[in-house]
Amino acid sequence: MSDTPPKAEQATPDTTALKVEGWNPGDDVIEVVRSPDPGPGRATWRTFRETARGLLTTFGRFTETPVTVEYPEEKTPVYPRFRGRHKLHRFEDSGLEKCVGCSLCAAACPADCIRVVAAENTPENRVSAGERYAAVYEINLSRCIFCGYCEVACPFDAITMGHDYELSDYDRSDLIFTKEMLLAEPLERTPLRNEGE
Amino acid sequence: MLAVVGYFEPWWIQILKAILIFAVGLQLVPVVLLAERKLLGRFQSRYGPNRVGPYGALQPLADILKLLTKEQSRPTTSVGLLFAIAPLISILTAVAAFAIIPFGDTQDIFGTKVGLYGIDVSIGPLYVFALGGIAFYGIMLGGWSSGSKYSFLGAMRGAAQLISYEVSQGLALVGVVITAQTLSLTGIVTAQKGMWYFIPQFFGFLVFLVAGFAETNRAPFDVTEADAELVGGYNTEYGGGGFASYYFAEYLNVLVVSGIVTTIFLGGWLMPFGIHPPGWVDPIVVLFKMSLITFLFIWIRATLPRLRYDQLMSFGWKVLLPLATVNTLVTAIVVVAVH
Repeated sequence: MSDTPPKAEQATPDTTALKVEGWNPGDDVIEVVRSPDPGPGRATWRTFRETARGLLTTFGRFTETPVTVEYPEEKTPVYPRFRGRHKLHRFEDSGLEKCVGCSLCAAACPADCIRVVAAENTPENRVSAGERYAAVYEINLSRCIFCGYCEVACPFDAITMGHDYELSDYDRSDLIFTKEMLLAEPLERTPLRNEGE
Repeated sequence: MLAVVGYFEPWWIQILKAILIFAVGLQLVPVVLLAERKLLGRFQSRYGPNRVGPYGALQPLADILKLLTKEQSRPTTSVGLLFAIAPLISILTAVAAFAIIPFGDTQDIFGTKVGLYGIDVSIGPLYVFALGGIAFYGIMLGGWSSGSKYSFLGAMRGAAQLISYEVSQGLALVGVVITAQTLSLTGIVTAQKGMWYFIPQFFGFLVFLVAGFAETNRAPFDVTEADAELVGGYNTEYGGGGFASYYFAEYLNVLVVSGIVTTIFLGGWLMPFGIHPPGWVDPIVVLFKMSLITFLFIWIRATLPRLRYDQLMSFGWKVLLPLATVNTLVTAIVVVAVH
């Protein structure tokens, strides 16, 4: 590419064909490098051969089974680190919520879609393992960008990104997920990709 | 105009045949429509429509229902009457051309001899070309009366393409007509008893097939519709019933060209190796051969990209026409030398 200007000098492209009255392209002539003219016989042969090659290629696809994933019946499995819908977690032994209402996730969220209102735990009403708990925990999934910063910011691993990706709904207000919805197990499990799949 | 027929066909049989041919044509079009979409899918490693009905079998029905229930509208710049009748011309010529495809020899049905074709005209191929010429008015008037520049450009291209390719198509058939010594399509079929014409007339077969692709405005010669540059060509401004009519005519034309190729080059209802099945097998043989050609149409569409307009023109005039002419000349010389 870099040796194009000297090459143009050596080859001196035939500019006579470009001579048009009142128009002088000057040195700004690009030499078009074409493959050698195959001649009529070879060109015909090439046309037929390439057409046949194309037809054979499509026929090869015809004999194969289609690669389509028939989505609603058949779902693409996700990788283990796939960032889907969030989940809130409880301690398995005591059943207490891991979230202590510190709002670090809300602070980390670049889309500003998490709302946390904290309240004190009392001996009569003990919700979380810490001093306080999240009385309100809402994620507006219509704003969430699934960056996973909330998961990173959480000091107690109380919120993690799940594997659900079927989140469409008919109403925007239905996309605001409350604490109960986030704590519950998803209705349908998303298939997880196996090792090496 | 009628061929000299060696049998009497009562008037009610003629009417029954007309109705039957129209009904068969009407039933074949959705089948081809579905076959095209399914096959195109398979050629591209996908399934094609498979949601409506078992294996997507009701998809054409859904398509047609959708189109027919759409609101009728036309541009304010359009010419009303012509805009309305242009798709009808396309359908009419396609169905009329379907009438001369012979589906079998004359049969004894209810004690009368019946030819399994609409009409056996003594000018067979000319009838097809005449109707092809009129079919061009369907496209031309549709494109012009739309009052849209895209439609108009598509129609102009259609006109130029049709003129260029009909010449080669006609010349490709002259070789066959010289060999068979008849213009009647049933006569051409019976003349192929010894050998189907696609072997001695191989170049004629190729030219006719390629020109047939161009005549039906199918890929790779669908510059009249060229979605990328012309939005939709001559049918840009059509929606609902008008568009459905054009669609119907296009697929019926594919069937007609398949039928003509079957009749003229693939031996019509004749079976290879001199097998003589009973008469009722004839239409099945013809339909099978037609479906092979239709498969080729779809296969080519799935493979070849659309030609540039100037390439299309230079191919028609500089390659196909000389080839067809040389084929005709050589055939004539050989026939004269042999006799």
